[in-house]
Amino acid sequence: MSFDFLTDKDRIFTNLYGMKDRSLKGVKARGHWDGTGAILAKGRDWIVQEMKDSGLRGRGGAGFPTGLKWSFMPKESDGRPHYLVVNADESEPGTCKDREIMRHDPHTLVEGCLIASFAMGANACYIYIRGEYVREKEALQQAIDEAYEDGLIGKNACGSGFDFDLYLSHGAGAYICGEETALLESLEGKKGMPRLKPPFPANAGLYGNPTTVNNVESIAVVPTILRRGAGWFASFGRERNAGTKVFGISGHVERPCVVEEAMSIPFRDLIEKHCGGVRGGWDNLKAVIPGGSSVPCLTMEQCEDVLMDFDALSALKSGLGTAAVIVMDKDTDIIKAIWRLSKFYKHESCGQCTPCREGTGWMMRVMDRLVAGDAAIEEIDMLQEVTKQVEGHTICALGDAAAWPIQGLIRNFRGEIEERIKAKEAGRVTAALAAE
Amino acid sequence: MTTRRLAPEAVQPSSFAFNAENAEWAKRQIAKFPEGRQASAIIPLLWRAQAQEGWLTRTAIEGVADMLDMPHIRALEVATFYFMFQLAPTGENAHIQVCGTTTCMICGAEDLTALCEKLIGPAHTVSADGKLSWEEVECLGACANAPMAQIDSWVKGGFHSDYYEDLTVATFETLIEGFRKGDYPKPGSQTGRFASEPIGGATSLLDDHAEAANASVAIAISEGAT
Repeated sequence: MSFDFLTDKDRIFTNLYGMKDRSLKGVKARGHWDGTGAILAKGRDWIVQEMKDSGLRGRGGAGFPTGLKWSFMPKESDGRPHYLVVNADESEPGTCKDREIMRHDPHTLVEGCLIASFAMGANACYIYIRGEYVREKEALQQAIDEAYEDGLIGKNACGSGFDFDLYLSHGAGAYICGEETALLESLEGKKGMPRLKPPFPANAGLYGNPTTVNNVESIAVVPTILRRGAGWFASFGRERNAGTKVFGISGHVERPCVVEEAMSIPFRDLIEKHCGGVRGGWDNLKAVIPGGSSVPCLTMEQCEDVLMDFDALSALKSGLGTAAVIVMDKDTDIIKAIWRLSKFYKHESCGQCTPCREGTGWMMRVMDRLVAGDAAIEEIDMLQEVTKQVEGHTICALGDAAAWPIQGLIRNFRGEIEERIKAKEAGRVTAALAAE
Repeated sequence: MTTRRLAPEAVQPSSFAFNAENAEWAKRQIAKFPEGRQASAIIPLLWRAQAQEGWLTRTAIEGVADMLDMPHIRALEVATFYFMFQLAPTGENAHIQVCGTTTCMICGAEDLTALCEKLIGPAHTVSADGKLSWEEVECLGACANAPMAQIDSWVKGGFHSDYYEDLTVATFETLIEGFRKGDYPKPGSQTGRFASEPIGGATSLLDDHAEAANASVAIAISEGAT
């Protein structure tokens, strides 16, 4: 049975590549900002229930149900302001989807911010974008300015009687600020070091006030879901894996791209339909990182019939993460590819927790030697053991994220690591004999 | 984590002040945050100071801290924590940041860093002619257009920060030499691709192609990129 590919009429991001008219007039002609006031008039409870019914799971990597997250916010204010904070600190290696939303379809996000903030009783929302996205920040700010000028946000937003302010701020190059409490610290003007939880942001977030932090894509899909109905969104993907999803496919495919498709699309269909297949043909596939650098890699055999959704990938001990798919062909040095991620995590550890601060450096140094084959076979098990000592022993998930790619490498490509060590050893022996 | 320190006193200028336009801009940033929370504006202000000065000097860090009523040490913590803050002088015309993380690495980023070393010199140092500097940075989030580099430039009378994508050694060399001469080459894909649609042509959203350039490139063109 062939997969039912998503068609343009069901795409939420109607201008993902920015080719169509990007002016507010063009945006409205494509159906955005249509009847937003009427959606708000249906009330907070209806919006939150509809989001729960849609089955939307957070698009930032963890996959937590968005409607449920919103329902954790206090129903009534105790006098403190509520905030929505949008996590636009897209930095997970391989991930380049929110960038396209923010520069080319920014009004989906602006409209989503209004609706989501209304649903959580937040009169102000901050979008925190990574500092490197300078042009994306400017494109998004332009959309915010247009929305203010048109009365879509600001005082009496969309004629709803609801006052709403939307502010854009930014980081300056620190992956850790994608962790929600580190993001809040950064937004408060401090180093981005994660906070202990509890208290959770819904109780004490930005400036100690009730706050919900959501990913860009999670918020940007909200208006279309509410316009077309929870049932429409839930009709894509398998049960518990609802909706459409923006995938970013990079590496060794013929035509790397960012594309919105239906959830639960088979991996093979995704790359054959949109990416022209694996470079050199399917049989030239070596490994795939299916959801950004933090998730363990898959082998070609595992990719043969895997579906791209939360449950199918976690069943293979990997994950959908941010749906950032990194494809590697048979010419790839997989040990080096994972070593580069170890180097990344070592660089990005904030240094707050000892297992992560010390562990990421330690793991990278062992990986250095595995790349060269300059190690003993027993060290593979020692490395595995150390990843287990880092995983789960830190305030935030960066330690886990540093451990998982290495665990995936050892699980799936142990033979290759051993071969390299043995080859090096044999080389040493041969050299020693030649010297005698 | 990485230890980052300020540049030696010998190269630090003795004073800092935002120019009139940037001072106005700074006020607007501070106004985004509630009363008493002006420290929230520190990252945008430091970034603006860096754009104005070319790098982040001690006096700029302290000056921004004073504007925000923060102890100097809090501002120094922020300046040394975030990697985009250049704590030492950079090239007069451009500072090149080559993405080296996995996707870019497997698509050829090591050839690009080798080229930088050849044409500019060691990372984190300014070229002999003073015009250029470079470093390898972590994932810049443009992986479908790998390999790529972000180039901060001070050319054509202003500061610009752009992504140059779908690079090859040959196109990258042309870019680097362009910046050395003071040109502002057009950013975005260097292979004629519009944005991040599949190479060779989109497989969706095919109708109504109305814009001449993608959003990032359009802004750069408005600032004089050619």
